[in-house]
Order: sequence, then structure tokens, then C-alpha cells
Amino acid sequence: MSSRSVSRRAAAALAAGALVALLGACEREARRFREVPPTVTGMAVVREVDLQPGNPIPVVTARSPYAENAYAVSQGKQLFQAYNCVGCHANGGGGMGPPLMDSEWIYGSAPENIVQTILGGRPNGMPSFGGKVPATQAWQLAAYVRSLSGLVRKDVAPGRSDHMQVRVQEQSLPEQRPRTSTVPPASERP
Amino acid sequence: MTRDWLQSALEAAGIQSARLLPLWRFMWIVSIVVFVLVVAAALWAVARHRRDAAPPPSERGMTRAILGATALTIATLFAFLVLDFSTGRAITRVPHNPLVIRLTGHQWWWEVEYDDSIPQRHLRTANEIHVPVGRPVLFQLESGDVIHSFWVPSLAGKKDQIPGKENSVWFQADTAGIYRGQCAEFCGYQHAKMALLVIAVPPDSFSKWYDSQLQPAAPPADSIAARGQSVFVSSACVMCHTIEGTQAGSNVGPPLTHIASRRTIAAGTLENTRGNLAGWIVDPQRIKPGANMPPNGLSSADLNALLTYLEGLR
Repeated sequence: MSSRSVSRRAAAALAAGALVALLGACEREARRFREVPPTVTGMAVVREVDLQPGNPIPVVTARSPYAENAYAVSQGKQLFQAYNCVGCHANGGGGMGPPLMDSEWIYGSAPENIVQTILGGRPNGMPSFGGKVPATQAWQLAAYVRSLSGLVRKDVAPGRSDHMQVRVQEQSLPEQRPRTSTVPPASERP
Repeated sequence: MTRDWLQSALEAAGIQSARLLPLWRFMWIVSIVVFVLVVAAALWAVARHRRDAAPPPSERGMTRAILGATALTIATLFAFLVLDFSTGRAITRVPHNPLVIRLTGHQWWWEVEYDDSIPQRHLRTANEIHVPVGRPVLFQLESGDVIHSFWVPSLAGKKDQIPGKENSVWFQADTAGIYRGQCAEFCGYQHAKMALLVIAVPPDSFSKWYDSQLQPAAPPADSIAARGQSVFVSSACVMCHTIEGTQAGSNVGPPLTHIASRRTIAAGTLENTRGNLAGWIVDPQRIKPGANMPPNGLSSADLNALLTYLEGLR
């Protein structure tokens, strides 16, 4: 094999690699301003426990449209401030409400669980924002909340703030492997 | 929108733009003269026909001409510099007893706050700045997100609004009228649709307007408007907008207490008509893609009631 054909092959491989990288970046870069969000229709699709009576029904979840979309996650970050989530959850560290940047999840860490928490509320203080926060925004918020414990890709998580920086950027937060909280919901902290 | 709103640095309506205009004209004329001279020199050089291909002898006369042109260029630039400095000095001197307005740029609208020593007379509105004719107006410029730039060409020059830093600029409108302003620093997707109106009116009608704007929102006039109000406070609207006198008190989006008294909606994008307002509420992403207002799938009865309510907020 001549050295020329080797270098040609290398160039082709490089071009193909670049194309693949570009394709991968498409979803991260996309800005979708109008779309129909996946619906969370009642509790049937959002299970918070694994136990089921009789034969288990396969879990059908509404897939988060924003797991890999940087624009949606940064929109979620803006909404987190605008809708005063910080009022109770601070900047993820928790206050009147539970912290969001740790590994403990009382009501599930999946995006659909978080959407359910936002829209439906939870006992002991989490208000129900259904009807006031549009579903699309709830999914964006959920994607952002997950970025607080490092559950979205690093290049998707926000890297800057509109306001004063109060902690490490979401991009650099360590991943916290989710585990179900041992704290019963009734004695939700603090 | 083609209206008789003035947006031109060539039609000066204030003392500042009146000082800027001669500077602009001077630069324009000098530029034309320089352009004509340079083109003429280039054409002359092309036209000079040289029969023999031998390298040209050194031309003493040419050296002198080039030195002269260089000296003239430097002198012209210095003249520009001196005029620029003196104009700048004259128009930035802070005036006596100005009306102070805090102007915050957002993606993509303007938040306008009139300061007053009496807290109850603090006024917050959006996208429309009413000013009294003949009184200097001092703007404290801020930004809520990215860099914007405040520019009302008929009244004054540009000034950037920078996050975390307060800038200031002032102008004085000498003739009553409506002057259009525009964000002059690229600030994202809808930079082009970030406009505002400066409405210069005689001092007595300014204070009348001010007092009317301080009032809380008009209560719903009939049962349809009352339904519209309940739609407003029980849907997504309430999450971002303020209507004084109701439960809606969020400062995220433009305040709507007197929305019906404004000439445009969506920061100068649309005229404030019932149809435009309906289109904006239902699908803002079609009119201004990327704006932070989400689409609102209201039922037609709810939408009509909401529109009737908003139209009553004079």
C-alpha cells in the first residue's frame, strides 16, 4: 500500500469522524421554539414504586425530549430563577424545600417524575404548577433540575449564569448517582 | 409597520441630535470629497499612458504630491478628532434637574422605571417612554441578561446596556412627537424586534399621563371581562406578568397594568390591536421565534374574554 493511499484513507476517516461528530452535535444545538411536549397522562405512566399487583405492566414512560438539548436546559435554568424555584430549593442546595443537587430523590429522578412533581405538586409543600407552567417549560425545568446533580451530559449542562455566580456551574457539578431517599415523604426535610 | 414615527439621525428633534447632525454632515461631505479625489487620482493613474516598457524614472514631483496628500489626510483626521471630542463633551455633560428613568434591556423588551422620591410614585412600565418636552431626561441603563444598546436616533446617540454595570445617557426632546428607538447591539434571535417608542408630550399632559399610569388596573367592566381576568390569573400569564390591583405580580415579563394604553405590543413588533394581541397570546413563537413567552392554547371563549379584559386596561 502506497503512502499516498494511506494518507487518503486517513483523510476519509477523519472526514467521516467529523461528520459523525457534527451529527451528534445537532441535537445539542437545536433550538425548537414550538413543539408539542410529551404528555404525562395521569399517574398510570409515572410510577413512583416498583411494586405492582399481579403481573407487572411494562412501564411506558414519556421520554424527555430535552435530555441532550443544551438550549432547553439553559431555558430551564432561566425558568428556575423566573418562577422562583430558588425561593425554596435555593440554587439546588435546598432550603425550605429539599436540595436538588444531591443523590437523594424522594419522588424519583427520571424526567417524567420531575415533570409530575412540578405539574402535580407533592405533599408537604411542593405546589402544583399544572395549568400555569406550560408542559414544554416543565420538561425544560426537569432537564435543568437533572443537570444540578450531573445527570445530563457535560456539554449540554449550562456553563454560565445571567446573574451572580453562587456555586460551581452545572457543567462542572459531579454526577450523583440517584438513589431513592430513605426518608419517608411524610417527614420530608427539613 | 410604517407609521409617522420618526427614526432618523438626520431629523434631529433634540438638542443632542442637533449637535450630532452638523458633525455627521461634515464627515459626510469630507468623505465624498475624499472619495471623489481618490477615484480621480486612480483613473488618472490608469489613463497615464506609458509607451515604453522601461521602468519609470524617479519623479520628484510625485514624491511631493504624495507627501502633501499624506499631510492632508492626517490633518483631516485630526480635524475629525477635535470635532468629535468637542461634540462628545458638549452632549455628555450631565444636565440640571433631569427626569430620571431606569431603563433595563431584556431579551427582547425594555423595562422602563420612573424614579421618584416618593415610593408610591415609582412607576414601572414597558417599551414606551413618555417624556415631557423641554426637560432633560437622564437614563440609567442596565441589562437583565446580555448586552443591549439604547438608541433613539432622532434624539441622541447610542449607549450600551451592559449586565452588571450601570451606564447613563441623557437627552432632551425639543419638539413633541413620537420617536422610535431600536436596540443597537446584537442581542440574540429577536434583536431586530426589540424596539421602543419615545413619546414626547407637553409637561402638563405628561404629568396627567403619569398620574393615570400610577393607578391600579381598571376593574373588569362586565362579566366577560371578569372572566378574562380570572383566565389571566389562573393560567400561564400570571407566572410572568404584573397587573396592579390583581393577584398577578410577577416581574419576569412586561407589566400589563395599562397595556391598552400602549401603541404597540411585543416591543414595537405589532400594533396594539385586538387581532394582533390574540395572535401574540396564542402563538408568540410564530411572530417572534425564541421570545420567552410560551404558546397559550386557550379555548376561544377564554381567549375572547381575556382579550376583552386586556382591552379594558387603559
